[in-house]
Amino acid sequence: MQKSLNIDPEKCTGCLQCELACSYDNEGVFNPSKSRIKVFKFEDAGRFVPYTCTQCDEAWCMQACPVDAISLDTTTGAKVVSDTLCVGCKVCTIACPFGTVNYNSSTGKVIKCDLCEGEPACATACPTAAITYVDANWTGLDKMRAWAEKTDAGTQVSA
Amino acid sequence: MAWARNLLRVDLSKGTSTNEPLNMEWAQKYLGQRGLATKYFVEEVDPKVDPLSPKNKLIMTTGPLTGTSASTAGRYSVVTKGALTGAIACSNSGGFFGNELKNAGYDMIIFEGKAEKPVYLMVENDSVQILDAAEFWGASVWDTEEGIKTKHGDPLIRVASIGVSGEQGVKFACIVNDMDRAAGRSGVGTVMGSKNLKAVAVRGTLGVAVDDSKSFMAAAAAGKEVLAGNAVTGEGLPAFGTQVLMNVINETGALPTHNHRDVQFEGANNISAEAMAEPRESDGKPNLVTNQACFGCTIACGRVSTIDRNHFSVKDRPEYHKASGGLEYEAAWALGAATGVDDLDALTFANFICNEQGIDPISFGATVGAAMEMYEDGVISTKDTGGIELNFGNAEALCSLAELTGKGEGFGAEIGLGSKLLCEKHGKPELSMSVKGQEFPAYDSRGIQGMGLTYATSNRGACHLRSYTVASEVLGIPEKTDPLETDGKAGLVKAFQDATAAFDSAGLCIFTSFAWTLDDVAPQLDAACEGEWSTDKLLEVGERIWNLERQFNMAAGFTGKDDNLPARLVKDAAKTGPAEGKTNGLGKMLPEYYEVRGWTGDGVPSNETLDRLSL
Repeated sequence: MQKSLNIDPEKCTGCLQCELACSYDNEGVFNPSKSRIKVFKFEDAGRFVPYTCTQCDEAWCMQACPVDAISLDTTTGAKVVSDTLCVGCKVCTIACPFGTVNYNSSTGKVIKCDLCEGEPACATACPTAAITYVDANWTGLDKMRAWAEKTDAGTQVSA
Repeated sequence: MAWARNLLRVDLSKGTSTNEPLNMEWAQKYLGQRGLATKYFVEEVDPKVDPLSPKNKLIMTTGPLTGTSASTAGRYSVVTKGALTGAIACSNSGGFFGNELKNAGYDMIIFEGKAEKPVYLMVENDSVQILDAAEFWGASVWDTEEGIKTKHGDPLIRVASIGVSGEQGVKFACIVNDMDRAAGRSGVGTVMGSKNLKAVAVRGTLGVAVDDSKSFMAAAAAGKEVLAGNAVTGEGLPAFGTQVLMNVINETGALPTHNHRDVQFEGANNISAEAMAEPRESDGKPNLVTNQACFGCTIACGRVSTIDRNHFSVKDRPEYHKASGGLEYEAAWALGAATGVDDLDALTFANFICNEQGIDPISFGATVGAAMEMYEDGVISTKDTGGIELNFGNAEALCSLAELTGKGEGFGAEIGLGSKLLCEKHGKPELSMSVKGQEFPAYDSRGIQGMGLTYATSNRGACHLRSYTVASEVLGIPEKTDPLETDGKAGLVKAFQDATAAFDSAGLCIFTSFAWTLDDVAPQLDAACEGEWSTDKLLEVGERIWNLERQFNMAAGFTGKDDNLPARLVKDAAKTGPAEGKTNGLGKMLPEYYEVRGWTGDGVPSNETLDRLSL
């Protein structure tokens, strides 16, 4: 079963444990500036929104790469950057419509979410389940269940 | 590792900055943040220095765990000689600034001297610039923070700045970072303003490493599990915030009301966590928008709220229709019960202004409470207040005084003196509810006896964050003691003081201690840092820090006579509630405390104690 990262901003508190976990897993140090996932705070609305690569099927980054440094991990569905092949041309950062591929000036390569080989550190670290790793075909399951319950409650009232 | 092993020294008079290796011998004795910065401060600054003189220094400091994934490990502190107190000051703040400073490669920044004109410091890893702040001088914290990000074209910069209050010398100005987190108490922002330093802006991308990653990840995960499973840190604080205490403390009969004339507030429920969650009539939305976390915090006690757009304070002022930080319990108490105001929107507005202009809501609200008492007693009149009718419970007065004090204007400049100077000025020193010049926080020591000793002996003036015996006396953490009893409180206060100093020096939030003891902290430090870090060593470090702070205060001119409480708390009995008829038993607790501390009968650390602690 392929899985996807599922993000529920409603549950996010903005603690950045996901950014810490991501940078630690990929860089060996705690460094939010090198995280593949980023939490945005919308100050005036009091909202926190984690955002990262959603692993497009027809990935613009993969198609744009001139040296075929981005490949599909067929098990996880992740689009993975090969550090040995990447030449740091940044074309993928232009091609990605969502901004989730970024250049790392310390290494001269680009970085993006690779789903940690099927065990995403961000989802494990999230203390409020705002980031979960769920069945790719049923990312809506929790929302559906919640609405089903609400709908059912309405049915019972009217019955 | 864990420490960056590097400090930045900024001489504002000369306009220079230099790097220095961190004194790692001291780090083994004082850990970091509160402890280590105090050691640097004590070594470098004359205890008699005028807090507002260029010879005072101001240190922004992180702990070894700051920037790691340990829960709550994003803290930083400001150490200086306090403008409000003249005592050693150490104010701790959350948010994201501390983490950024550590990521830029610094354990601390030591500011010396005074800039000729207003400046701000811009730090991007090893690039350090002292820049002209003319365009930000006179601006609020909120405008300064946004202005710096815009000017440098970088929304990821983190900023700690002062508002107009700090420029104008309001004695309890604080340093605000990330819009609504503050190094709040003792006037650390006033000291910053006296140095013509408007803001410190940091962008750090170097990362924070730990000594033994594998052990650290396991220890940090175990710590998080303890926090998640605890009723206070896992349920109460995320759901209700610190405001969960409002009704609890009121029922305990320890909610200081009307400048401590009363110990229970009839409007308490209107300004409580429960009230914040209640949908309001006008738009059906509650005051509370969401909870929020500081960096790395898995508790997330912070509140984000909005003001009713029809409320008098913000009508036709759309800039205050947004969501922002607060109310937290201490602010809600000081702005509310201390002043007798039970209008939740007025409190939220006053709290927004405290954040926007960088004033400590505890000292502000408490000083307004003292002024209200003088007004009702006829000591001051509308002639003094600039026409403001300063009766207890006047929400309009509270809101306009917040704005005036935030800018140091009109009667706000008088409030900005703090309650001690204000009450002395009007010949009523006994009405200042303070110790060492710093106003009490939200617990009346007649109803919670241990807090009287906590306040009297706190090295930074009255404060709940130096030994929160409320945990034991009211909440039963780690074990229940009787809040009305004085027996055993001397030992309890010492134990809390020493442990708290260790938490504050690690880079962690003291709120973890609702669930953690030092037994939970030691393995995280031991894995992250060089050297052996056991619970026993941390307790010794905590006790050493406490005595070092005490030595500084003694050299600054404080004596055992300053370990005191206002007469009201030791002579006037509580009128209602479980503590009815009680005064605080400081006279009994204090000698016992000196004894368990290993101090003389005059409160001076004995030579044996100093030797034992290698001081």
